[in-house]
Amino acid sequence: MPRYVMVIDQSRCIGCMSCVVACKRENDVPEEHYRTRVVEMVRGEFPRLRTEMRSELCNHCDNPPCVHICPTGASHQEADGTVQIDRKKCVGCKACITACPYDVRYINPEHGYADKCSFCQHRLEEGKEPACVATCVGGSRMFGDLDDPNSHVSQLLRDHSSRTLKPEVGTKPHVYYINQFPRKS
Amino acid sequence: MAFSRRNFLKLAAMSAGSTLIADTPFLSTRARAEAEGGDVRYVATSCEMCFWKCGVIAKVKKNRKGEDVVVKLEGNPFHPQSNGKLCARGQAGIGQLYDENRLKKPMIRQKGSKRGEGKYDEVSWDEALSYTAEQLNKVADKYGAQALAMLSHGSPGDYFTNLLMARGSANIAFPSFAQCKGIRDVAWELTYGHKPGSSCERVDLQNSKVIVLFGTHLGENMHNSQNQEFAEAVGRGAKIICVDPRYSTAASKASLWLPIKPGTDTALLLTWINLIISNGWHDKDYVAQYTVGFEELKEAVKEYTAEWCAKETELHEADIIDAARDLGRYAPNVMIHPGRHVAWYGDDAQRSRAMAIINAILGSWGREGGIWLPPKSKLAWFNDGIPEYPIPDEDPIIKGNYPFAGGEGLTQVVREVSITGKPYPIKAWFVCGTNLLKSLPAPEETKRAINSLDFMVAVDILPTDTVMMADVILPECTYLERHDGLFKIETRETGVALRQPAIEPMYDTKPAWWIGSELCKKMGLAEYAVKDSWEERMKRQAKAWKIDYDKLADEGYVTIPGSAAPYITSENQPVFKTPSKKIELFSSELDEKHFDPIPKYEKVDPPPEGMYRLVYGRSPVHTFSRTVNDQWLWELYKENQVWLNTKEAARLGLKDQQYVVLENQDKVVSNKIRVKVTERIRRDCVYMVHGFGQNSKLLTRAYNKGADDQQLITRYKVDPITGGTGMRVNFVTIKEA
Repeated sequence: MPRYVMVIDQSRCIGCMSCVVACKRENDVPEEHYRTRVVEMVRGEFPRLRTEMRSELCNHCDNPPCVHICPTGASHQEADGTVQIDRKKCVGCKACITACPYDVRYINPEHGYADKCSFCQHRLEEGKEPACVATCVGGSRMFGDLDDPNSHVSQLLRDHSSRTLKPEVGTKPHVYYINQFPRKS
Repeated sequence: MAFSRRNFLKLAAMSAGSTLIADTPFLSTRARAEAEGGDVRYVATSCEMCFWKCGVIAKVKKNRKGEDVVVKLEGNPFHPQSNGKLCARGQAGIGQLYDENRLKKPMIRQKGSKRGEGKYDEVSWDEALSYTAEQLNKVADKYGAQALAMLSHGSPGDYFTNLLMARGSANIAFPSFAQCKGIRDVAWELTYGHKPGSSCERVDLQNSKVIVLFGTHLGENMHNSQNQEFAEAVGRGAKIICVDPRYSTAASKASLWLPIKPGTDTALLLTWINLIISNGWHDKDYVAQYTVGFEELKEAVKEYTAEWCAKETELHEADIIDAARDLGRYAPNVMIHPGRHVAWYGDDAQRSRAMAIINAILGSWGREGGIWLPPKSKLAWFNDGIPEYPIPDEDPIIKGNYPFAGGEGLTQVVREVSITGKPYPIKAWFVCGTNLLKSLPAPEETKRAINSLDFMVAVDILPTDTVMMADVILPECTYLERHDGLFKIETRETGVALRQPAIEPMYDTKPAWWIGSELCKKMGLAEYAVKDSWEERMKRQAKAWKIDYDKLADEGYVTIPGSAAPYITSENQPVFKTPSKKIELFSSELDEKHFDPIPKYEKVDPPPEGMYRLVYGRSPVHTFSRTVNDQWLWELYKENQVWLNTKEAARLGLKDQQYVVLENQDKVVSNKIRVKVTERIRRDCVYMVHGFGQNSKLLTRAYNKGADDQQLITRYKVDPITGGTGMRVNFVTIKEA
């Protein structure tokens, strides 16, 4: 069974937002809601500035607080390590939204269930990468199987020091970040 | 080859080794549909959300009513402009297709109403076309055919160029010349005898060791494949030197950001040339073999010292020298990016010349990591057997008095002649695919010109400010509903692409080829009309070009074999189409016309006391003013902001995100706009994204959102060589709204 992870090379993100639109179109995400976003953080004083580009999405945590808190079992972890929502079981109580430390869930305004990034589960089943990865113009988002030592993501995580978001909360995310800033060659 | 769903999954799995994860990159549209089964269709076509013409695969499904619906747009993996990816705009083409504000029926302005009042009657196509033909013929008969002019941008222009040329007028102009990249093209043609690109700039970013960007804000100026290569260069650790008064996205990727004083770019370029030559960092063999005028150049740039340059540009002397040293150290695998929109200060041809020259002395033209050579390929000339165009009775006025203005023409000269009637009257405008009130400087002049016309017809998709000034509005269908092409695509190789409809045209809209063809028939020019359909014409063109049309229609792009020859080798020598057949560091053509044969630095006017220079640019999710009403893009970027340096904001007592208005030197006051208080810009200028502040109420999302930079660009300084309109010569004050 694969263990799906996303590796994000932050230095290669050019903030073009194509991932955001790809996600919205692929998953029919309602107006003014997002399953992924690109955060641009600029620090420093003119002219000594530094920018971090950070794509954020569901971290598909190995220790997912949203799953632990879900009273109906709608939020659950699958064998491939991804965290998914069974819409039929969801009662829209928003407990998962409160529990998630990454602010990546929303309630579908039309149908009332909680929703979020699924790593494009329907595409994975067809042998395709998530939509955001497939269209990433900068080649910043990469996706694959961490259980396969020869996969590109395994190689990347061997060759780079990586980090996850908010490691202190103990969620053990499956989204890894490398190259926080471009190299100053 | 038949693909079952199981085969398809197996294939996908194989291509990725042991696990599934891989997109379906190398399946044609038909194979994809077969593999997925059901009622899904894939259509290979070309994007027109901007003008990079990426290859698109449109996914079409049937809805419950049995109607075809475009559900997703993805990049075509066969097409080198997209490489399987699309930018935000490309994917949001669906937003344009299903925009409820689209023009839906032909309309004629009500008798007795004024232009811009918005009073129209919906009419049939036959009535609209008959009336248009009658009005155009009336103007041509009264004043001569040269009184008809066309202003256009994008694919539809081709069909109406045919119409105007057939009727005997060559007064056709595109804003892409004088308001954008034409100036650069001329400067490089004067130097190398070639433009620095056609489908794309021929910049070998992915292999470059040092990339210098002058105002070119890659990442925000979102040309797909070029940004893919830029990210690749950043990822590889190429040295990026970004010259920009604003800390752009590109600057945030740079190892050296040079926050230059606006208007002093040429000083920096000439100083670099001096430093490179005087230190012997240039490519001596290359210069000896391929260039003329080196000694004159060396002499002419001597006065531009690093010390002087530091004062002039307000940069650090050490940074200036370091950058030049890096260029020399890594030459020839380096480039000064030629840029794209270069209509800045009115001396733009000479600044572009300086960029061309510095690339030449570093030997980057035709070298890996520099500027690759144009691809080789001769596609047969094809016009589907239409007769030759008549020679116009009067010479076109589109080049004004500018000796090096290009064939794409000067829009502002067409405008001026329309107002003055000199040397002859221009009394009818054909406007298609361009919102002139947002693309030309001094929009009040554009309004004056429109109001002096006998007749104006607009062909467009949306009721833009300019469209709503027309006497007749002809609603075009979007690029997802029509055939266009064939397109010759010149990247490292030559290829051919096409556009074909994903769905039938919605509402009562028509493709531009049909509109142009029907007008030909109604104006007594039937021999210039399309013989049957555009699709059949494209098939004939494919035959003439020796291309398998069926394969092209299935895959969306085909390569012309053997056309790629990007780098100089002993067998692949560059050809320079200049008078000397060499790279002209000293331009004999400029000398002949009494312009400086080697660029000189000229100071630009500084901002008056208490005012800021107005600088503008792009957002990655918008194309000019064309996409601001697209629901998918509007959602991401609804209104623009004016960037103001933190210290200046404190001085003016302005807080981040509060609404302000801008007032320019001619007392023109902008719409209200939020201020972005930031460290990311110099204190002497402000910046905003172009294309906002739509006045047309019919654009329900974009109406009145943000401020219009063009409204504040009441002045422009014309480049004497090319006729380009320098637009960064306007100054503003900021006040609370």
